[in-house]
Amino acid sequence: MADWGEESENPELTEKQKKEIAKWFLTNAPAGEIQYVAKDVRALIADDRLYNLAAAEAFPLFNKAHLVVLEMPDRSGDVIISSFGEIDKDNFFDPRTAQIVTVDHMKQVCTKVRPANDEELPSAYVEEFRFALDAELCKYVVDTYPKGTCAVYCTRGKDVDGPGVNFDFAVVISASRTSPQNFCNGSWRSIWTLEFKDDLQVVEVKGKMQVVAHYFEEGNVQLDAKNECRDSTLLQSPEDCAVSISNTIRHHEAEYMASLEESYLHLPDSTFKDLRRKLPVTRTLFPWQNTLQFSLTRDISRELGIGK
Amino acid sequence: MKLHIGYSSLVDHPMMVKRNGWMEAAMDLMRRISPNQGETALSALLAILPSHSSELLSQVDQPLQVLMDAKCEKEFILCEYNRDADSYRSPWSNEYYPPLEDGSLPSAEMRKLECEANDVFAIYRDQYYEGGISSVYMWEDDGQGFAACFLIKKDGSKSGDGRRGNLHEGTWDAIHVIEVGAEEDGKAHYCLTSTVMLSLTTEGKPSGTFNLAGSIRRQMNCDLAVADGHICNMGKMIEEMEGKLRNSLDQVYFGKTREMVCTLRPPPEGIQMKLPE
Repeated sequence: MADWGEESENPELTEKQKKEIAKWFLTNAPAGEIQYVAKDVRALIADDRLYNLAAAEAFPLFNKAHLVVLEMPDRSGDVIISSFGEIDKDNFFDPRTAQIVTVDHMKQVCTKVRPANDEELPSAYVEEFRFALDAELCKYVVDTYPKGTCAVYCTRGKDVDGPGVNFDFAVVISASRTSPQNFCNGSWRSIWTLEFKDDLQVVEVKGKMQVVAHYFEEGNVQLDAKNECRDSTLLQSPEDCAVSISNTIRHHEAEYMASLEESYLHLPDSTFKDLRRKLPVTRTLFPWQNTLQFSLTRDISRELGIGK
Repeated sequence: MKLHIGYSSLVDHPMMVKRNGWMEAAMDLMRRISPNQGETALSALLAILPSHSSELLSQVDQPLQVLMDAKCEKEFILCEYNRDADSYRSPWSNEYYPPLEDGSLPSAEMRKLECEANDVFAIYRDQYYEGGISSVYMWEDDGQGFAACFLIKKDGSKSGDGRRGNLHEGTWDAIHVIEVGAEEDGKAHYCLTSTVMLSLTTEGKPSGTFNLAGSIRRQMNCDLAVADGHICNMGKMIEEMEGKLRNSLDQVYFGKTREMVCTLRPPPEGIQMKLPE
């Protein structure tokens, strides 16, 4: 158990402890549920100033960890809140529209956008790779995730202005569904880091995928699945790179989805059986009725053929 | 003597208990935070709401802990119903660990039924769980009836009691509390409240880490002939309830998370998977 302070000796929590607890609940909210958790936490803490301090720290962490997707106010599309696009706490770069978006973390909305400055943008050379990959990935994401959004960021070497130097990209795919009336929420998040190695003429591809789902009608059941993988492809023209990288991502994500299916298929008959069987080893219901006839359990054990 | 702390609030149907806003918020948090983090969440709530600790502890089930009964060299399960002060009574030796003078004990008659229930339930547990630990505790009710708590803890991981070795990590905790009313016209009223908490993790390539964790609680009421024996009546109810809980976790709860995954990323047409009803 986490140590929330020495309550036994000091039943009054310090403000700092209260704030930490509030922050813990908020950052550990399931996908799509932070606003509900916030309402509960606010009521429990019963101190708006303290709650706001905790929320101001927790919401940005949650929004970035969950790759929350927000609509931009000028109808230019959606922006993903991710550490790759973070300019400062409230400002995020949207590479597709080349805009800087100001967000209200606690309300989870964009409040304004401005065009990015030249120094915030990658060089024309790098942008050519980024733009081509973004276009290919968009096609894949639209085809694959009904509510999916993707973004391609240049994370290193954005000022590289021609062949001969390495640079890195990060690809982020975020798809979430909230259905509170059906007590069900979930999200798919994948982050792909790409190292364009000019010297070796390869692109190293590393992926992290995470899928979570929460069903809570008269209960609380959560799926938390994650996987990592790596691959590589040849460094070619921006267009050819875009096609081969997005094919690599498509292949690995499809393979992962198939393995998730596999895990679910094995659940009822094999996996779950190691926790509790559907029927006893005898394949008939337990003979409770007979237990009356034997006052000594030794007799029951003998009758059932089970050694003690 | 705090033995009945949890039980007294369980007498009321959970829905009938008038909760104030704090308890409502606390319970909402408990159904949102991952069951894998349930213990941390509960300790945080207890720290925030010290005055509601007994209510919280009776409404929120915690993962079961075990202790070794040194005298009988057998493990037993801890819960509110075998606790007195900081010690827990073993159902095997009827002694408290750590030792406690004047620890509350069931009456001789109750103890006899408790011993019998422990022996029979251990066989039941072995047939369904192929391992694990079980403990049964009984105590007299304030009225003319009595109450019993049946506990099962199973480690289904391959390093534990998992026979098939499919689980990297796997825990199943079942808590069954039965209140038995006084006998009337040869029948008694049995009210069973059951909770199952589980977590299972599989690991491998290319599937990565796959974890499902859950907690559900259900209630069942029956009027049964006392002539059939209390243990038989309680056992049948528990067996039926465990079957139902296992089935709804498997079919409904796991099925819903699977449905969600397929909503996020629908499987390609042609190899459309079957969704559970």
